[in-house]
Amino acid sequence: MPAPGSLDWFPLWLSLRVASIATILVLVIGTGAAYLLSHKTFRGKELLDSLITLPLVLPPTVLGYYLLIVIGRASPLGRIYENVFGAPLVFTWKAAVIAAFLHSAPIYTKAARAVLESVDYRYEWAAHSLGASEWRTFWRVTLPLARRGLSSLAMLSFARSLGDFGVTIMVAGNIPGRTQTLSVAIYDAVESGNGRTARTLVLVVSAVSIALLSCAGYFSRVSRASTAG
Amino acid sequence: MTDVPVIDARVVKRFVPEGGSEAFELNVHLRAGRGITVLLGANGAGKTQMLNSLAGFLRPDEGRILVNDQLFFDGETGVHLSPQQRECGYIFQDHALFPHMTIRENLRFAAGARGDRARRRNGRKRINDLLETFELADLAARRPQQLSGGQKQRAAIARALIGNPRLLLLDEPARGLDARLRQGFYRVLQKTRERLDVPVVLVTHDVEECFELADTVCFMEAGRFLQSGPKEQVFARPRSAEIARSLGLYDIFPAEIVELDPARNTSKLKVFDRAIQGPYLPGHLIGDRGNICVRSSDVRVLPPNAPIAQNQIELRVMSRAPSSHGVRLTLEHDITGVVAGTDYERLRGFATLYVELPQSGINFLDNTAGAATE
Repeated sequence: MPAPGSLDWFPLWLSLRVASIATILVLVIGTGAAYLLSHKTFRGKELLDSLITLPLVLPPTVLGYYLLIVIGRASPLGRIYENVFGAPLVFTWKAAVIAAFLHSAPIYTKAARAVLESVDYRYEWAAHSLGASEWRTFWRVTLPLARRGLSSLAMLSFARSLGDFGVTIMVAGNIPGRTQTLSVAIYDAVESGNGRTARTLVLVVSAVSIALLSCAGYFSRVSRASTAG
Repeated sequence: MTDVPVIDARVVKRFVPEGGSEAFELNVHLRAGRGITVLLGANGAGKTQMLNSLAGFLRPDEGRILVNDQLFFDGETGVHLSPQQRECGYIFQDHALFPHMTIRENLRFAAGARGDRARRRNGRKRINDLLETFELADLAARRPQQLSGGQKQRAAIARALIGNPRLLLLDEPARGLDARLRQGFYRVLQKTRERLDVPVVLVTHDVEECFELADTVCFMEAGRFLQSGPKEQVFARPRSAEIARSLGLYDIFPAEIVELDPARNTSKLKVFDRAIQGPYLPGHLIGDRGNICVRSSDVRVLPPNAPIAQNQIELRVMSRAPSSHGVRLTLEHDITGVVAGTDYERLRGFATLYVELPQSGINFLDNTAGAATE
């Protein structure tokens, strides 16, 4: 417990770390899923699309409850994790990463699909015709052309990961110094009548979010200008 | 030149109507030799779909595509090579040069795309050669956005040729180029064909372009080839009045055969109640009705006071308009004649004029022949 009067910055650092890792996961998994949805036809595509949308419409507590069932200590996945890493996954900061991931991945994937679809297919056809494999075409043509759009999405994704509350409190809990992220700390501060802490953290979150938003806006403007040219 | 077909492609592809587009069936059999094959037709004729079927971007419903004895597609056995395996050089309408790479990087991407090491090692020399050939050496460090239309065109061709394609496919390549750049592009394409001996399939709606470049012409409409063959043959003998009208190079007169004389190799035709001498018309009978079509440029327009000769028809003048070759006269029955500015002086002021049809240039088209394809 921090000394009275001094502010505990742990929630900020934890949130930044959680959001960074979650964003990397979103970038890899979300971009992959977005590519599948935008470039492939396969059975169950609609199902995958609905599955990705589901976290957007479910109440966070419901999502958190499902997550507890899937990765909780009694679940097969939870047990495997515990056997491999020697400690449970739930109520750790890693569970907070999963929560943050679920919070931002659906929106990222949906928007990334639109960005990847907006890349002129003729560039990809040209690459294929020149003999480039699909993998090479993706890395050398599609991704660079979608780069700016995806970067701006990644920033929004980061900002969103920073702000998850519902799922986080369900699966990671509110353990000060271990799993207490910014949003949870703010809730905690308000609950316990600690107005100064609440105000400071609220301002910090707002500042970071505004900074990220303006960066994202800049990138999407540049992206639109470069594709229009 | 077209003795052994290099390309033998039978393609059937049905498009279901969606979003306002109508149902459409592409159903063609393309046979082409070395040299330049032009798919000629209006927008929506299915030219680009045919090109995409050859390149492997579009999977036909039925048919069989053979290029140089290699099977690209076979509807029956389900063979469908990927675009990568087909190794076609494809020039897109707007070139599709990668905007995030310089011209050299575009070529390098193409050189390294097939991932075979020997080819990649020789790549640098080949890139430099092609940059030199297509006069791009000074522009290699630029991005496509910094090039003019003609330069982009050359860069796109150079990029397509890096991998020694089995086929070069071009989709409306001269669109958006001005007359001078067009000529430059035609020269580049002719040179490419001579140097590399790669069969070329080119899509255009421009009759002039077709005339300039084609060895073989396939005239397309509504997903079908109305007529295909060597250029001279197609242009000298359009198979139907519809084709002749679409090509826009001919005057078409309704006619009836009244005499056929194989011994003297002549025929007599009734056109607007006048007797016209034509060449002998094998395969036709006396009494056949149809149209004769004559190249507009072969039709002479004469003033009414000119000495009377055979094969002249008197027609009223409907309108006159300046054209790039002089003056375009529209006469009754939708007959047009183009006369040079200096000749026009002699025709000025007359309400009726004579047109003279050259006997050898007369091409008789049965009314029924229009229905025949292939």
